[in-house]
Amino acid sequence: MAVCIAVIAKENYPLYIRSVPSQNELKFHYTVHTSLDVVEEKVSAVGKSLGDQRELYLGLLYPTEDYKVYGYVTNSKVKFVIVVDSSNTSLRDNEIRSMFRKLHNSFTDVMCNPFYNPGDPIQSKAFNGIVSGMMVQTG
Amino acid sequence: YYRAAHSLVHELRAHETNMLEIKTMAGFISYKICRLCFQHNTPLDAIAQFRKHIDLCKKKIGSAELAFEHSAWMSKQFQSFGELFDEAIKLGLTAIQTQNPGFYYQQAACYSQDRKQMAQQLCQAGMTYPSPDPLDTQSGGLDFYGQRPWRQGHQSIDPTDPEKEKMGILALQIKERDVPHSELIIALLSNAVAQFKKYKCPRMKSHLMVQMGEEYYHAKDYTKALKLLDYVMCDYRTERWWPLLTAILTTALRCAYLMANVKDYIIYCMELLGRASTLKEEQKSRIEKNLFKVLMNKVPEAESECDPSSVSAARSLWSDRTALSGSNELTVEMQDYIPFIQCKARFQSPSFHVDQPIQLQVFLRADCPHPVSFSKLTVSLSNQEYNQWCVAESSGEESMTLLPGKPKRYNFSFVAKTEDVGKKVEMTGVEMMLGSDSGRCVFLSWRGAGGDTAYTQEALQASRSSRRWGRGTEARQELDWDSLTLQHSTMIISRVPKICVQLSHQPPALTNEMYCIILTVQSQEEAVAKDVKLTAGLKPGQEAGLGQTTHVTLDGSSVCDDNQPALLTDLPLGDLKPGEKLEKCVYMRCVSTGPRVFLFHVAYSIDTAVEGRHIVCKCHKDETVSVETVVPFEVSVKFVSTKFEPLERVAVDIPFLLMTDILSSSPWPLLLSSSSLQLLTITSNTAQLQSQLQQVVLQTGESASECFCLRCPPGTNSNNTVATGQYVISWRRKSSSADGPLIQTTATLPHVILESVPLYVYADLPSFGRVRESLPVRYHIDNRTAQVQEVEIAVDPSDAFMFSGLKQVHLRVLPGTEQQMLYNYYPLMAGYQTLPQLNISLPHCPTSSSPALRRFLPQRIFVKPQGRQPDDASITAA
Repeated sequence: MAVCIAVIAKENYPLYIRSVPSQNELKFHYTVHTSLDVVEEKVSAVGKSLGDQRELYLGLLYPTEDYKVYGYVTNSKVKFVIVVDSSNTSLRDNEIRSMFRKLHNSFTDVMCNPFYNPGDPIQSKAFNGIVSGMMVQTG
Repeated sequence: YYRAAHSLVHELRAHETNMLEIKTMAGFISYKICRLCFQHNTPLDAIAQFRKHIDLCKKKIGSAELAFEHSAWMSKQFQSFGELFDEAIKLGLTAIQTQNPGFYYQQAACYSQDRKQMAQQLCQAGMTYPSPDPLDTQSGGLDFYGQRPWRQGHQSIDPTDPEKEKMGILALQIKERDVPHSELIIALLSNAVAQFKKYKCPRMKSHLMVQMGEEYYHAKDYTKALKLLDYVMCDYRTERWWPLLTAILTTALRCAYLMANVKDYIIYCMELLGRASTLKEEQKSRIEKNLFKVLMNKVPEAESECDPSSVSAARSLWSDRTALSGSNELTVEMQDYIPFIQCKARFQSPSFHVDQPIQLQVFLRADCPHPVSFSKLTVSLSNQEYNQWCVAESSGEESMTLLPGKPKRYNFSFVAKTEDVGKKVEMTGVEMMLGSDSGRCVFLSWRGAGGDTAYTQEALQASRSSRRWGRGTEARQELDWDSLTLQHSTMIISRVPKICVQLSHQPPALTNEMYCIILTVQSQEEAVAKDVKLTAGLKPGQEAGLGQTTHVTLDGSSVCDDNQPALLTDLPLGDLKPGEKLEKCVYMRCVSTGPRVFLFHVAYSIDTAVEGRHIVCKCHKDETVSVETVVPFEVSVKFVSTKFEPLERVAVDIPFLLMTDILSSSPWPLLLSSSSLQLLTITSNTAQLQSQLQQVVLQTGESASECFCLRCPPGTNSNNTVATGQYVISWRRKSSSADGPLIQTTATLPHVILESVPLYVYADLPSFGRVRESLPVRYHIDNRTAQVQEVEIAVDPSDAFMFSGLKQVHLRVLPGTEQQMLYNYYPLMAGYQTLPQLNISLPHCPTSSSPALRRFLPQRIFVKPQGRQPDDASITAA
């Protein structure tokens, strides 16, 4: 279960950030923001190869003391970042991948909405629901 | 061995008293292991070892009152590992973005921050240092690493002396208070920043710099803090992470407040009130109140979460500021921030005619919770003289106010100057004055036409937005702020001219003729069009060669020469009263064929009044016309013999004929006025060469011919090709006026190859014969050579003639002389009859053949039938 999920636009500003409410939200913002460094590095390293699903998934970006950060980039350069607690060792790579896939599908649905402007913050209830399902349940 | 030692240490029973000892030992051992690993070039092992060590020690905090010690120790562990890593890199190890010493320094800084926090919590101020100093030992040092100085020598687990224990702890706490935490943290952070810079993690660097800024704030070094935070704010602004920006701004605002730095305080307030700030309404409201207090030169309220002692210090600083010593006018460049007032300025149209007043609109919008009033709004333009028209000032009690969320529009208009026609007028800046001249005033200035850091992205979003479409029927009262775009420059174009320019001409033009185009200019203005000037001629920009082959003039009385230019510029035509008409004839002469575009540019100046101001406008109107030029006629020339047979070579001193043919290919009827021959080498055989084409009119497709009899004078070298001369035709278009100039067209006559004829045999005979009447024929045999020629002549009889004369004769002709033979022919039949042919041969020159020698002799003659006598008996009988 994630503690923070973020969707970043291709200009590197956040379209959607949601974190577990009890924690210091600002810290998560910073973590996601700094992980963009690694994302950019990986994206530019991948080069011109046509992305198939595997290459969209960026894997473990970097481990901090308390959290693991995973990244995923779509063809339109929109990035998803998932932050997971380090102590949660039960989450395996496959599970993270499936989380990203769900996110991607949900995001595509949001984009298909004709009233949604690409670049606006995401306010879709359906998207919110999917993300809630993936976050750590508190209380 | 070290690894074994390490595991053994951890197996020891950990208890509060010997926790520090265990940790210290473990720390030493782990350090040694890692160092060896790095030296053996197995960095991954080192990292793994460190990880294990940390994981094991993380939980062993020890005494709760000395929890800061644990953090300090953790921090030290990370720092030393970072240093080891760094050393290894210097010795050649390469690190990557995700695994570099920077992380370790960062973590060390993190723990130091924890240490600081705990120290603040646990170490209360005001305690005196206990005496005797429990940290002193007899020998001055510790027996074993990690043991407490007051416990030396005891082996058991439980502390022996509770009183001493408390003293010891107190002493440590007091010592901790004196530790400069912030400095340590900042040092670690700057190490980390350097590392991340090396490994290209700019955002991590920014994040750490924010932390450094906050540490400086805690260390009360506000200048350094602001410097760092300012630098970092730009990054977050451009990346549009508003929550992070807001947090940084809040810290910066506190720094500015505590420093009583008026300018920065105002700037941060403005940004925190803006649309990028994620603060709640109450907070924004509070900040806005503080901002106005500062503008009215009062002391603002303290920021929240500030240390009380610093607040009182700040208050006294602010009171000093209110004394207004020094500058009390501040200018803020707004487009670098995302402030609470947005400004968008635009010219109403991308171009204005010079006789229209230029309209300029400035839109302002405030995003803060309470209304804002300001005292002056000015726009500065590239031509400073217009600035005086673009000022909006609040007069007296009525001040200009912006209501939150409601955009307000200010209109300005002014008249452009004549000198600016064709130039762009640009907005160089917009300035707004908050406050008043007597108190403190702040000038908010925008470069160009407004906008700020977040504007471009918002404009992009607005253009994509589907709200723009489907507006339809509802009348929009509110301005759609997001879709307003900046228009910072406008072009001034010349006034629309009110004249009518017409051209009349008859294309196509003929080469070399003076082609006339009549230009009619009629004024539809209401005032006098002064100083009308005409530029007429070949439109520039066509093929390069056309300029040389086109000539334009106003004088149509004679054919212009090649010195005339292709474009006549600025011909003065005088003034034109309203409604008056002006006519002018322009003549063109085109030397080559093909299409040409001619331009007529009529320019004039006129006085107009725009909004009560007089300006002089220059207007112009262009007309272009495309004229095709064609060849008027084609001349063909041939040389024939006197018998009208084609000649390949012309014989010297023997007459021949020149026949010219003029074929008209012009669509217009041509009047050929006359023609003349200018001969070289060859002379005319007749006394006066008279033109046979006087005043001949040729329609399209008709042709006119002439025939001249010429002779090449004796003495010229034969077997040469000589130039014969030129044939000049004077002509004009039939429809052009009779006093129009005549155009001379010259056709060069072809060259002829001369040959000399050794023996010239020619005959004198009448032009016709009559049946049964004698026809005398005299043959001349002319010896043109320098030798005596023997000639044999035999006459072939012909059925149509009876002749008397020598039938066969052998002659000797002396050089340069002529022999004549006279024959009398008696025609027997009427019609075109073949004359008896002479067979001429030169016995000593078998090469010259008879036909060649007799080619100048006529072969036929027309014989008329016998005529009737008028008083014939048969008629009278009838």
